[in-house]
Amino acid sequence: MLEALFQYEFLQNAFIVGILIGFIAPLLGVFIVVRRLSLIADALSHVTLAGIAASLLVQKKFLTFSTLNPIYIGMAFSVVGSLFIEKLRTVYKHYQELAIPIILSGGIGLSVIFISLADGFNTDLFSYLFGSVSAVSRTDVWAISIIFFIVLTVIFLFYKEWFILSFDEEYAQASGVKVKSLHFVFIVLVALVIAASMRIVGILLVSSLMTLPVAASIRMAKGFKQALWLSVIFGEFAVIVGLFLSYYLNLAPGGTIVLLAVCILIGAIMWKKWKRG
Amino acid sequence: MDDILRVENVSFRYDDEDVLQHINFRIPKGAFVGLVGPNGSGKSTLLKCILRLLKPQTGQIFLFNTPIEQFKDWHKIGFVSQKANSFNTGFPATVYEVVASGLTGKLGLFRRLNKSDEKAVYEAIDAVGMSPFIHRNIGELSGGQQQRVFIARAIVSQPEFLILDEPTVGVDVHHVQNFYDMLERLNKQHHMTLLLVTHDIGTITEKVTHVACLNKHLHFHGSVQQFAQLKTEDVAAFYGHHLHLLTHDHA
Repeated sequence: MLEALFQYEFLQNAFIVGILIGFIAPLLGVFIVVRRLSLIADALSHVTLAGIAASLLVQKKFLTFSTLNPIYIGMAFSVVGSLFIEKLRTVYKHYQELAIPIILSGGIGLSVIFISLADGFNTDLFSYLFGSVSAVSRTDVWAISIIFFIVLTVIFLFYKEWFILSFDEEYAQASGVKVKSLHFVFIVLVALVIAASMRIVGILLVSSLMTLPVAASIRMAKGFKQALWLSVIFGEFAVIVGLFLSYYLNLAPGGTIVLLAVCILIGAIMWKKWKRG
Repeated sequence: MDDILRVENVSFRYDDEDVLQHINFRIPKGAFVGLVGPNGSGKSTLLKCILRLLKPQTGQIFLFNTPIEQFKDWHKIGFVSQKANSFNTGFPATVYEVVASGLTGKLGLFRRLNKSDEKAVYEAIDAVGMSPFIHRNIGELSGGQQQRVFIARAIVSQPEFLILDEPTVGVDVHHVQNFYDMLERLNKQHHMTLLLVTHDIGTITEKVTHVACLNKHLHFHGSVQQFAQLKTEDVAAFYGHHLHLLTHDHA
């Protein structure tokens, strides 16, 4: 495969994107999981699907847009969806989790409408649902690289604020931390990473890349920094090995990556049990 | 005037329920104030107003003689919340990381811990006797140990004013005494001004210098000696039921 990797641009693209999202999705995922917001990733991925479907519809109906990369509209939808979730969480103060099914079903509803307006399902959409090695383009690589650097910079700059916000929101507020703006930046980044990850793992499995490596790491980690590193290592392992396997065995990469992540999780649980004796 | 805190005519209501009515209250530098009152008396609400987590409908609050809206030096205030007992125990953070997070407000944006900050973290952990557990995850500790870690987090920035909201809830009885001894040390040796909120009127009269009794209104505010002279009936009337009041000789 290494030969093929040097030979085919699409494989290079897939690996570059895979390595980038294998890093940032679990990294951001740690903050999502410890704040008990795991399901937000699911809701946003379905909103991203609506964006992709809208983009494919526009491409089909208006030829001038035929070169538009669906990832951009997907990102725009995801970010708008994240803002709606935040708004709904303040409207339903006592039922904050309600925001998630509202946005999730809204996203699917919109997607279905767009798909039917485009006169049906096409193969392109299928690759967005389950991920694809061959569909990653050079523009995807650029867009995702930019998101990668933004996410790393923000986490580096606001690490201690995000830590305290995740651990104890009230205390963060009492210490004078700007909780609202930090949370806003956080949720927008989550939306961007979800849109970036769907190329490889597919919309239906995006959230798993943000939660499964984290679920495994928090079984083993001593401390928060270690949880971050372990999540990244598990995420990268699942993505890189998953891409190799899916190429050789001709499987959908999303499913392969996710199943590997599940295996790591089972391993982590068993390791903890064994260690306890 | 060397007041750490001044509360002037503060009233607060949730929807149509009055929680605090015309509270006037001051804490001089170096005091150890016990704020007592039955459940639902508005103690936590008053604290939230002082910490700017809630905004009272009327009245003014001054911290270090600055109106709270203009107050910026939040690192001068340490806070140990009641909620510390119900945090996410699965959170993967070591004792060191939790205590270091107490420096967030003092450091401000974009600044990382330097050597002297790290030293302060070790010292704060040592001060609460948690050094042997420094690299343990917070969730693995007992309730009393966790609470000590939260005290360390509150004192790591060397605040001048430490606010504690029912800190002994969920802490074993025999640790409670140690805990109050530690607070007394912070007050006397480190000259920290303390505001301790509790519904446990009995135990604290041993340690505090001032007592304030809250039940929507401020029923009493004065030195612990004056409080000891109150008739049991008076306290019971405000508390809403009879209780045994411990009196102690501070001479």
